[in-house]
Amino acid sequence: MAIVEATGIHKHFGALHVLKGVDLVVEEKQLVFVIGPSGSGKSTLLRCLNRLEEPSGGAIVVDGVDMLSPRTDINKARQRIGMVFQSFNLYPHMTALGNVTLALRKVLGLGRAEAEKRGQAALDRVHLADRAGHFPGQLSGGQQQRVAIARAIALEPRVMLFDEPTSALDPELVGGVLEAMRELRQDGMTMVVVSHEMAFARAAADRVVFMADGAVVESGTPDEVFGNPQHERTKAFIGQIGRH
Amino acid sequence: MTNWERFVDSFFNARVAVEYFPKIVEGFWLTIVLAACIIVTGLAAGLLLAVVRAFAIRPLNLLIIFVVDLFRALPPLVIIALLYFGLPAAGLSMDGFVCAWIALAAVLMAFSEEIFWAGITAVPKGQWEAARSTGLGFLQTLGYVVLPQALRMTIPPLTNRTIAITKGTALASVVAVPDILGAANAGVSFSFNPTPLTMGAAAYLVLFLPVVIFGRWVETRFAWKR
Ligand SMILES: Nc1ncnc2c1ncn2[C@@H]1O[C@H](COP(=O)(O)OP(=O)(O)OP(=O)(O)O)[C@@H](O)[C@H]1O
Ligand SMILES: [Mg+2]
Repeated sequence: MAIVEATGIHKHFGALHVLKGVDLVVEEKQLVFVIGPSGSGKSTLLRCLNRLEEPSGGAIVVDGVDMLSPRTDINKARQRIGMVFQSFNLYPHMTALGNVTLALRKVLGLGRAEAEKRGQAALDRVHLADRAGHFPGQLSGGQQQRVAIARAIALEPRVMLFDEPTSALDPELVGGVLEAMRELRQDGMTMVVVSHEMAFARAAADRVVFMADGAVVESGTPDEVFGNPQHERTKAFIGQIGRH
Repeated sequence: MTNWERFVDSFFNARVAVEYFPKIVEGFWLTIVLAACIIVTGLAAGLLLAVVRAFAIRPLNLLIIFVVDLFRALPPLVIIALLYFGLPAAGLSMDGFVCAWIALAAVLMAFSEEIFWAGITAVPKGQWEAARSTGLGFLQTLGYVVLPQALRMTIPPLTNRTIAITKGTALASVVAVPDILGAANAGVSFSFNPTPLTMGAAAYLVLFLPVVIFGRWVETRFAWKR
């Protein structure tokens, strides 16, 4: 069953045509990895999926819900789509637990005790149960990103979107975040990941999608795309990354 | 009388001081009440305008910007005079206290709206996006995520602006309000001695010096640390 079904997505920023008819299908429990040069529209595609960005055209169905229908309650639909950002975006005035429980209380309407129980469980899943009372400013970048993951998974979403979750981290902190993502994947979470962590893609991705200039150039298993790229642009991009 | 004795007799006359002390105390309380009214309504109205502005409804925002600029440009005394001396000509007359309250609250509303708005826009876009991505609505995001951060940033400039505008309560004496300055002026004209003004100045110091010191403390306390 497809959890995400995006067809013919277009996005214009004024005169700039950023997405030119992108199709993306993500099956349940799949991890789809999106790569591509800077400015190719990866973030924009991800942000269209939960309508942080309004697509100019196309269709998006997530877990059976038509995301672009005017009859869809967008706040309700977003509960089922977790998102993790490059810059963490934790609420600096709340503790880790406060960050995780805000939506549980105000969106799901849980009472404080129930929300905190679920929040603690979510923090536990990213191995930060002992940091519940810390403010973001008292946590390392890697810990902050794991709290951000906990904030998203606490709502028990049907799919998780990651936009370069490790790009803002010092190298020694990347591992912990990738480990949390790997465990999430093992627990059967459906995931779309934009990232440059090729080793992670090889180990964990079911499918790799290569984007350039607002379009999907090719997609396939990690072995196919990394080992035997079909298009010149893909070859050039993979070659470039390989040298890092 | 030597010059020194004349000076002391004019500004520190014990007999006059004793006689007008009760009036100054009454003015002191009146000034506090007026200031409290101005601060509460002015800040509330400023915050409300800033929140409305966050909805980004163009015609409404242009109106807000116009009103805000108007009250930032007009000298407070001119607004008070317009309300007190101008409105009766239109068949609407208001007490001097109410005129001063409305005028200064409008000025505080205008300045605080700008400060609140600057605070709201200073909160990174990522905060909105993170909150909205978890299903929080626009007002929930504003209320739980954006405003708490914005208000923290606005506290130092807001404190300073509030002190500056609240000192404008002295203008109320122009429209027959017996606040500290009003009471002191009345005392001077009855006693032909400026000692009540000295007492008035002392009363203002008693009132505002702690507030200014508090403002200084607030400024260091809320210096932004993330
Ligand atoms: N809000 C916006 N307004 C105008 N242009 C935008 C906006 N957001 C993105 N763009 C433009 O759209 C294009 C695609 O941007 P996007 O962020 O999706 O690329 P990306 O593939 O995620 O790149 P990167 O790897 O650098 O993150 C870029 O040219 C960018 O400048
Ligand atoms: Mg990007």
